[in-house]
Amino acid sequence: MKPFTFTLRQEPPQRVDLSALTPDRLAGKSLAEIEKIEIGTTRASAKVGDLFKLAEGDLKSVRYDGGSARFDRVGAKLLPGFSIHVDGDVGLELGRLAKGGVITVTGGAGAYAASGNEGAHIEIKGDAGEMLAGPLAGELAGMSGGRVVVRGKVGARAGDRLRRGILIIEGDAGDDLGARFIAGTIIALGQTSGRVGYLNKRGSIILAKRPELLPTYVDCGAHVFTFAGLFARALKADSAGAAALLSQKLHRYGGDTAVFGKGEILTPA
Amino acid sequence: MQGIVRNGVRIDDSFAEAFPMAATGLIVTAPTRKWANQAAATATGYATSVIGCDCEAGVDAELSEDETPDGRPGVRLLFFAFSAKGAEKALVNRVGQCILTCPGTALYSAFDGDLKIKVGDSMRQFGDKWQTSKAIDGRRFWRVPVMDGEFFVEGQVGVLKKCVGGGNLLVMGADWESTMRATEAGVNAIHAVPDAIMPFPGGIVRSGSKVGSQYKGMSASTNDAYCPTLKGVTKTALEPDIGCTLEIVIDGLTDDAVRQAMRAGLKAIIDLGPEKGAKRVGAGNYGGKLGPFHYHLKDLLP
Repeated sequence: MKPFTFTLRQEPPQRVDLSALTPDRLAGKSLAEIEKIEIGTTRASAKVGDLFKLAEGDLKSVRYDGGSARFDRVGAKLLPGFSIHVDGDVGLELGRLAKGGVITVTGGAGAYAASGNEGAHIEIKGDAGEMLAGPLAGELAGMSGGRVVVRGKVGARAGDRLRRGILIIEGDAGDDLGARFIAGTIIALGQTSGRVGYLNKRGSIILAKRPELLPTYVDCGAHVFTFAGLFARALKADSAGAAALLSQKLHRYGGDTAVFGKGEILTPA
Repeated sequence: MQGIVRNGVRIDDSFAEAFPMAATGLIVTAPTRKWANQAAATATGYATSVIGCDCEAGVDAELSEDETPDGRPGVRLLFFAFSAKGAEKALVNRVGQCILTCPGTALYSAFDGDLKIKVGDSMRQFGDKWQTSKAIDGRRFWRVPVMDGEFFVEGQVGVLKKCVGGGNLLVMGADWESTMRATEAGVNAIHAVPDAIMPFPGGIVRSGSKVGSQYKGMSASTNDAYCPTLKGVTKTALEPDIGCTLEIVIDGLTDDAVRQAMRAGLKAIIDLGPEKGAKRVGAGNYGGKLGPFHYHLKDLLP
């Protein structure tokens, strides 16, 4: 069956909050009712019908034909079993607190993409902004499950306070990748900079290119890790580059010894 | 004795009687085939009959690098016990003694099952707080630092509650050599059947038992009706041309796995013929009192 499609008429005149347009929240509504949903974020009214042309389809998958950097909270709190596809860019907080499901974006994403994601499989074909998978101000943990793949580069503090789940960055990462990392796995194939793994408690940061490491990371030697073999197989469909990186002998740097010291940075030996 | 004859081999009009068991499956991998097999042999050692030990276990299949979760050579092991609780106790002991200790190994659950038992989740404490966990695709694993690197073990392992223990074939021939030849042919054929194991040494039991004993406190004793050296002095089940009896015992994850295993074994024994192999094939039962699964030999004939 064809997906339920929102075709963008023109660039929205203001930022819009699309968190109301997840499959479970649209279920049981008629097209006319959906067109009347208020999605504006300013005092000037913006309704679904003003911005999108709707085409009815299977509500298990929602499709946006045309995206915009003003599309905020696409796929927020998405539930397992559903999927959202955006042909274009999205704005802030893509897939925020999503519990499951699949989100794909062919363009780029703004800041806080996958923020607090709890289980969704999110793919961003372009670049992502700052605080990828990170927490909003005041939150104690960032992403707590799921898998995020960014084909382009990401902004600063990607994986901040990451608690569980897997983050794959195929391009370069901005400053302080994996800062305040709690647990989980971050894989970066491009360049990294700044304080990589600053205050990492027990997470794994796997880097294709070794940066200047913090002095609180200590050399544990080169090893063949069984878990890396398992991850290489499980991640192959998402990222051939990540799978190739994980299939190698890896040099382990334990840290951040400024905190538990149970985390690690792994780079090709 | 009345019966059916196939390729010169007499088939008893009898049935094998089996009983329900709980089963759990493990995939053990290692850097080399040798060490995967070594872990398998150690972990399934002394696991022949739940009457005398904690579980019945065996190798279900050798797995190639493409078939294992981590891309290393592996084996699929099955463990059978009377209850899920019993399976958990046996498994934790055996994994702790035989797989954690075996160089290079890693351990994964072979199937989801009806319920989960803790294996890695109890084994992790060996890491003395240096262990870390990794979760992927809804499964949790533990990385336990050990002296050759890391022991990588899945937190929980699936248990299937409705499995079958005690499928069997009684292979009877003129002497030890020919009977063994037929029995080994049967065992080899059954190895190819998935989801079924033969827990006894090399898949073969020589001490088939009967219920009860003339001694107090013995719950089982030798099956004198099938002992060739007692042919003249006891109420024997053997004809004059039978000089040796060996048994194949089969545990399976499903009723159908046991049926397919018995069918494969029976065919291999019949194909060998009575000159080189067995003259007669029977099956062990207790008149239908032991368990609900009955496998009639006449239904399994090729």
